[in-house]
Amino acid sequence: MNIPGHTAVPPARSGRWRGGEGPWAWWCAMAVALSLLMLGALLVLLMSRGLANFWPASVHQLTLADGSQVIGVPVETRQRPEDAGSERRYFTANRDASGGIWRWVNVEDIRQDSAPEDLVHIKRMRWSDFLGRLVAVNIDGRRFDGELAWQRLEERLDEIRQQRQLRRELEATQIIPLIRRLESSNGPESNHDPGSNSDDVRIHQQLAELQQQARDLQSGMTGAVLILETAEGRRLEQPLEEVDTVLRPNAMSAWQKVGRWSSGVWQYLSEGPRAANTAGGVWPAIFGTVLMVILMSILVTPFGVLAAVYLNEVAHQGRLTRLVRIGVRNLAGVPSIVYGVFGLGVFVYGIGGQLDEWFFAETLPSPTFGTGGLLWASLTLALLTLPVVIVATEEGLARIPMHQREGALALGATHLEMLTRVVLPMAMPAMLTGVILAVARAAGEVAPLMLVGVAKLAPQVPLDGEFPWLHLERKFMHLGYHIYDAAFHSSDVQAALPLIYATALLLVLVILVLNLTAIFLRHYLRTRHGAFARQ
Amino acid sequence: MARSRVNEAGELMSANRNSQDADIQRTRNGAIMDFPTTETSLDIKGLTLAYDGKQALRDLTLRIPRHRVTAFIGPSGCGKSTLLRALNRLHDLNESVTRQGSIHLEGHDIHDPRVAVAELRRRVGMVFQAPNPFPMSIYDNVAFGLRLQGGLSKRRIDDVVEWALKSAALWDEVKGRLRASAWSLSGGQQQRLVIARTLAVEPEVLLLDEPASALDPISTLKIEELIGNLKPHLTLVLVTHNMQQAARVSDYTAFLHDGELVEYGSTDTLFTHPRLRRTENYITGRMVG
Repeated sequence: MNIPGHTAVPPARSGRWRGGEGPWAWWCAMAVALSLLMLGALLVLLMSRGLANFWPASVHQLTLADGSQVIGVPVETRQRPEDAGSERRYFTANRDASGGIWRWVNVEDIRQDSAPEDLVHIKRMRWSDFLGRLVAVNIDGRRFDGELAWQRLEERLDEIRQQRQLRRELEATQIIPLIRRLESSNGPESNHDPGSNSDDVRIHQQLAELQQQARDLQSGMTGAVLILETAEGRRLEQPLEEVDTVLRPNAMSAWQKVGRWSSGVWQYLSEGPRAANTAGGVWPAIFGTVLMVILMSILVTPFGVLAAVYLNEVAHQGRLTRLVRIGVRNLAGVPSIVYGVFGLGVFVYGIGGQLDEWFFAETLPSPTFGTGGLLWASLTLALLTLPVVIVATEEGLARIPMHQREGALALGATHLEMLTRVVLPMAMPAMLTGVILAVARAAGEVAPLMLVGVAKLAPQVPLDGEFPWLHLERKFMHLGYHIYDAAFHSSDVQAALPLIYATALLLVLVILVLNLTAIFLRHYLRTRHGAFARQ
Repeated sequence: MARSRVNEAGELMSANRNSQDADIQRTRNGAIMDFPTTETSLDIKGLTLAYDGKQALRDLTLRIPRHRVTAFIGPSGCGKSTLLRALNRLHDLNESVTRQGSIHLEGHDIHDPRVAVAELRRRVGMVFQAPNPFPMSIYDNVAFGLRLQGGLSKRRIDDVVEWALKSAALWDEVKGRLRASAWSLSGGQQQRLVIARTLAVEPEVLLLDEPASALDPISTLKIEELIGNLKPHLTLVLVTHNMQQAARVSDYTAFLHDGELVEYGSTDTLFTHPRLRRTENYITGRMVG
């Protein structure tokens, strides 16, 4: 019933937008969904491309229209322009036999496509992989054929692996430290005769003995030769000591493949790189990245926290403080390469050069600290992330209620006691948030590192059993730079591509683990006494 | 009509009442003073405080008796909390505060440059409106002030913590969980914990800034009981919005308005026979606070 002068309550505008929220909620939801989708797509791409590399793919034997034979692993198929059919790229390996390791084949030309179980996939130290057939094994002059060849081959390969490991340990733990000692006691510019120093003589003798041991181990690995046959029927002889693994992917069960895949992943994580960073593992790069980030956090946290405490708790809150605060916030936006240049000029050439003159004069002109190294890289990144820590800590300090500070003062605490016993413990989660942000930023930086200490190849990690254990002056490897190097500076990017994906995935995972560690630490600190009420 | 106008100007309504136990004075700005005859703990003389040049307290003179409860009442913004915080120099934190006049604690000027402000604050403890236990265990909260002093044995700290918690009537509720977080306690328990924490450093004066305003009636009652129990050992100064509370727990009451002391005297006199019309209006609720 209509009352005169009153209009009926207007009907809810339904229909177009369910619930009457309007399009805004949907747009926001779509933005979130899109961001998540892109992130997910990135991770899926990295995982599928990176992890698939370690899976022993089946090897195909093709008979083409012209009668020729091809043995290879199919990689991709694409349409040729103007309906000219499609072509498929095969990884045919055998750089030593055929010159290239890729071959495009017209799909229409394939007359027969099979996967015989006797095809072998050999990963070698040089000349890339081998794909073909195993004819026989020649061990110390005795020839073995057929299944017996396989047995003997695998036994011998295990022995060689053990010897190779022994030699590697000998080099890393004894020979290289000795050489370093010689270098440090006897610089290239020093005039005195190396024989005049009895200590040096002893070291030289020791070194000669060790090197003889290493040579013995090396020669113990030789003697076995594989006789191989390529698709075209060419015979090759392959010394076994240059072989990493021998597989028959087509004969492997799914479980064997899983086993092979996991040992491949393990090798990738635990070994050093081979073949100019396009093959092998990334252990030194993982180690270098993590060590540098940890050092960076150790350097940046005290500086950032002290600066924030000064700005927020001690300084007179006037125009100058405000100006400094604006300056700090703006420093966070300076491009990282600028910090790299600063680090190179001030830390490496300035401070490092001076340190060399004072303490390492005997080894000049070869620099010790006057060149890029772990310490300078960590310091440069600490400088880069300092504003992040300051800003986060300051926000945490500002959030601590005034009555907590007054409570401490009212009990007879001095200003310093109030800060150290009440305010800083309460601001700890905020500081850790700052460190988390700093780690996230630092672990992904590559540009400044290229100027202040990252190396293309530094298989010796900067932490070892030799005094002083942590070698701050050494160059180190970094996952981010490893990606850049493999992607732009390797001779065959196609071959390195799977490893680039794997390394990218690993870099993301390393940052994730570093962040999660800090987040759990922060969570622990927050829940120990319950969150304090937000003001 | 004429009579009420005179009263509002500050006319004495009934002079010299109870003159046998008080020494009635008029100050320069016309406040009525009913100075207690007991010994003085805090002696405030001509105190003027300004924030950024804006006066919050104007020429305030007041004597706070030892081992009694003195309440400051008055509408919001009258300066009673400002006065309280001046007594342990908490205003030192704020650079924009300027001060004239003096405060003496047991005859010594608290603004004397030789006075260590931390030691002053230990002697003049303070409990705030919102319970502010530190994010530590119950035990560590009470031991906080003791540890600041340093040099105390573990055993001695244990004893003092137990004594302080008993004095604050909290011991029975928390004795089994001294290592639990202080933030796990209820609001009323937290406030008593804060009082225990303050008692542990054995202050001479305890300033209470609306200590029960954030608490439920039962917790309020416990705090009021506690104030009564502490009175023989401590000088207590209480700021409150609650007129009944002031009447229940205090021995002397000061009524402040607009940064000035309007009337000060024994609580009984002030609440039953206020000398000024302004005081009467406020305590009977005719002046909106």
